[in-house]
Amino acid sequence: MSYIKKPSAKHPRLPKNRLGLTRRDYEGALSTLCAGCGHDSVSSAIIEACFNLSIPAHKLAKLSGIGCSSKTPTYFLNKSHGFNSVHGRMPSVATGANLANRDLFYLGVSGDGDTASIGLGQFCHIIRRRLNMLYVVDNNGTYGLTKGQFSATNDKESKSKKGEDNLFESIDLAALAIQLGAGFVARSFSGDKEQLVPLMTAALKYKGFSFIDVISPCVTFNNHIQSTKSYQYFREHNEALGFLDVIPDKEEIKIQYDEGTTTEVEIHDGSKMILRKLDNNHNPYDKSNALSVLNGHQSDGSVVTGLIYLDKNEMDLHDTINTNHKPLNILSEKELCPGSSGLDFVNKNFS
Amino acid sequence: MSKVNDFVVKFANVNGSGSASANLMFAKSIFRMGVPVTPKNIFPSNIQGLPTWFEVRISKDGYAARRDGIDCFITLNPQTYQSDMKEILPGGYLIYDNTMERKFPRKNINYIGIPMAKICSDNYEDPRQRQLFKNIVCLGALAVLLKIDIKIIENLIKEDFEKKPKLIPPNIQALHLGIDYAKNNLDLNLDISVKKVRTTKKKILIQGNEAAGLGCVYGGATVAGWYPITPSTSLVEAFQKYVNIFRVNDENKVNAGIVQAEDELSAVGMAIGANWNGARAFTATSGPGVSLMSEFLGLAYFAEIPLVLFNIQRGGPSTGMPTRTQQSDILSCAYASHGDTKHILLFPSDPKECFEMAAQSFDLADILQTPIIVMSDLDIGMNDWVIDPLKWDDKTKYNRGKVLNKKDLDDLVNWGRYLDVDGDGIPYRTLPGTHETKGSYFTRGTSHDAFAGYTEDGRINADNMMRITKKFKKSLKYLPRSIRKKAKEETSIGIIYFGSTACAIDEANDILESQGHNIDLLRIRSFPFGRGISSFIDEHEHIIVMEQNRDAQMRSLLINELNKNCSNIHSILNFDGSPVTADFIVKEYLNLLKKNESMLKASKKKKTAA
Repeated sequence: MSYIKKPSAKHPRLPKNRLGLTRRDYEGALSTLCAGCGHDSVSSAIIEACFNLSIPAHKLAKLSGIGCSSKTPTYFLNKSHGFNSVHGRMPSVATGANLANRDLFYLGVSGDGDTASIGLGQFCHIIRRRLNMLYVVDNNGTYGLTKGQFSATNDKESKSKKGEDNLFESIDLAALAIQLGAGFVARSFSGDKEQLVPLMTAALKYKGFSFIDVISPCVTFNNHIQSTKSYQYFREHNEALGFLDVIPDKEEIKIQYDEGTTTEVEIHDGSKMILRKLDNNHNPYDKSNALSVLNGHQSDGSVVTGLIYLDKNEMDLHDTINTNHKPLNILSEKELCPGSSGLDFVNKNFS
Repeated sequence: MSKVNDFVVKFANVNGSGSASANLMFAKSIFRMGVPVTPKNIFPSNIQGLPTWFEVRISKDGYAARRDGIDCFITLNPQTYQSDMKEILPGGYLIYDNTMERKFPRKNINYIGIPMAKICSDNYEDPRQRQLFKNIVCLGALAVLLKIDIKIIENLIKEDFEKKPKLIPPNIQALHLGIDYAKNNLDLNLDISVKKVRTTKKKILIQGNEAAGLGCVYGGATVAGWYPITPSTSLVEAFQKYVNIFRVNDENKVNAGIVQAEDELSAVGMAIGANWNGARAFTATSGPGVSLMSEFLGLAYFAEIPLVLFNIQRGGPSTGMPTRTQQSDILSCAYASHGDTKHILLFPSDPKECFEMAAQSFDLADILQTPIIVMSDLDIGMNDWVIDPLKWDDKTKYNRGKVLNKKDLDDLVNWGRYLDVDGDGIPYRTLPGTHETKGSYFTRGTSHDAFAGYTEDGRINADNMMRITKKFKKSLKYLPRSIRKKAKEETSIGIIYFGSTACAIDEANDILESQGHNIDLLRIRSFPFGRGISSFIDEHEHIIVMEQNRDAQMRSLLINELNKNCSNIHSILNFDGSPVTADFIVKEYLNLLKKNESMLKASKKKKTAA
């Protein structure tokens, strides 16, 4: 129950980030999701990533649609403004919010129902616009809040808890995101913090549209033996493409990497992403290669995780439509209103 | 009888043939001669090949409504030839292209043939030019026939093609081909003509959507999400145009973000997201778009997010008559969305009010933290109207409503997003990014308490709903008030009207007054209805609500919201998609009197007494 307050006691020696904040400062209300829900692990990863990046929580806006996943923004970053909007419509609200103030971080959390069905149109178009945000899908292949209907990301061969067949093809959101122009596309697993947290960290830093499809099992409705979105199936079929490390601007690279195993990308704010590849056939900077890696694995039943695609050319909607660097929501009358002299000009044109 | 500065000219064309700009030049040239004009563009939902009409009423008295009966019909579309002819008044004129011989069944009108196609094929090689210049040849001949100042038309051509100066000489040549033909071949003694006066000297001729788009710039809008739909599209295009003129800074960056959305749901979602984050944002649409937006309207209403929405109404239901006008979204907007919802509506009656209400709506949305729906229509939005020049007070400061800044939050102990601190039902809001530790909250469409926390406690939810009702009632003091016009004599009959109907009512009232009728008038400018409207209904034994829809939607809203007895509230309804005429209102009014003895007595009290 989200209105139950968490105990405020803190361990005195909790580690602090550059802002002097602890992980506790990035927490939210107590989760009301089912015990063991993958989504809670995703929330933890978000907390960890924001803590690592020393993001001031009030400089991040968290937005969601409707569903179990969309409830989760209550469970992290309670110093951030949140917006639990309308089913499938978070992308448009995020677009408006971002247009109003380009200086904040925008984090959207959605689910497979919210994104792949009712919100598929908005999902496609926010990608085309390259809105500067991190869009996370907690993907469990099922409608949890309405008790276990198939979602559009549920694999065709994956049955329901009651043993019913899934009759329809599934939608691969990561492939769609690559096709439509997302700059940063990854897939991960809620149970793999080591992979997920650095991906989130990098995605938050990336300027442009970042998408992470997180397989996040539904313990109540889609974690059974015939499901391809269960903890067990995923652990057996996960094929990690690699791991990603993020080194913030001006920080030294402390980790020793074996020669030839990594590639390094510098992003717009001077930070570095270091990619440790496990699959040598994968080139994340090449769109068609990224898509074929996804397709290849899909056909053998395995699920690839890690950074799938990265466009080194970072750009966002504000670049495209050439808006002022200054956030639009702080402009004053002087900058906005042309005054009576402007009307003299207009009146003359219509006289 | 000669009619100087008081007649109606109508053009029948095929759409996509380039007639629109020539027709508008015709109207504007008369306007520049100081004579009030009302051009109405009657167009199909199509790009090329279907019938389109352009009707210009020239009225020395400044009546801006349409008038039935055509004095001069330029019939250039064979598809509509026969029916067009029927609209011409006896003794009127039919102007046609006599390159091909034609036969005419009517005897009591005059025929003027001009070989437009022949003139063009004799003088131009390019087939496209032969087609386009027919309109200009026609304009030249018409100018001679109606005694329009040729210099004015030449200037209009120069202004129109300012950016393509190569096109100026051939257009002027075409104009003079028409002029010369008329002078050398036609009888120039028509009983309709234009004479220079000074009535419109200081006025402007502008469309409502143009004025509303400009009003958004003046009102400080910085974000627009929109989806193309007739007849609202030109509003956002105007906003874009004026942003490009007025809002580009020294670094060549734009102080606005305009995004064409994938649909109306997304368009309104963007506007809501931007308003939530402290920008002034709007969207513009028409009836079908409002239907799609209604879920989001409920969210903005319940989560109390400012929003400005323009509904440029068109003929409904469904796709309806997408290029014709109606006032038929009154109820669907007043109560848009599921659950208990009510929205603030503004009713501009001409482009001047479109400008003023557009600018004002952003203050209202910020003050009241709720959607403001500006209820324009196709007639106001897409036709040119003669209005006084637009004015702006440079001392105007935007009222951003109750938004807490960092210092306010530092000083506050117990802030709650939905707490009614001031007793007016309007809570204080915060914007993302304001304060490190205070003022964050979770915006949601689910039931919430005064501190924005999720609750399923029915009592708390009911309290919150009542506070929103209080806010709605308290909004009255900020809204544009209704305007009354008293009859010369004391009367117990009142007509209530709104929006684009105003000009026809004014004229109808003058006609009825000259026949000895006494009617008080009240023009609604906003919803919820103020006490002035309620007392107007109480003060009159008979009320007539004039509106342009089938179901008397405004009448229903008045009866429902003001809890009035409906038996004495009558309707005059026009819903054929054409802007209503004064003659129609007069006819319907007199019909009502025929059916109602006491109304008849009340209307002509003076004469009955005498």
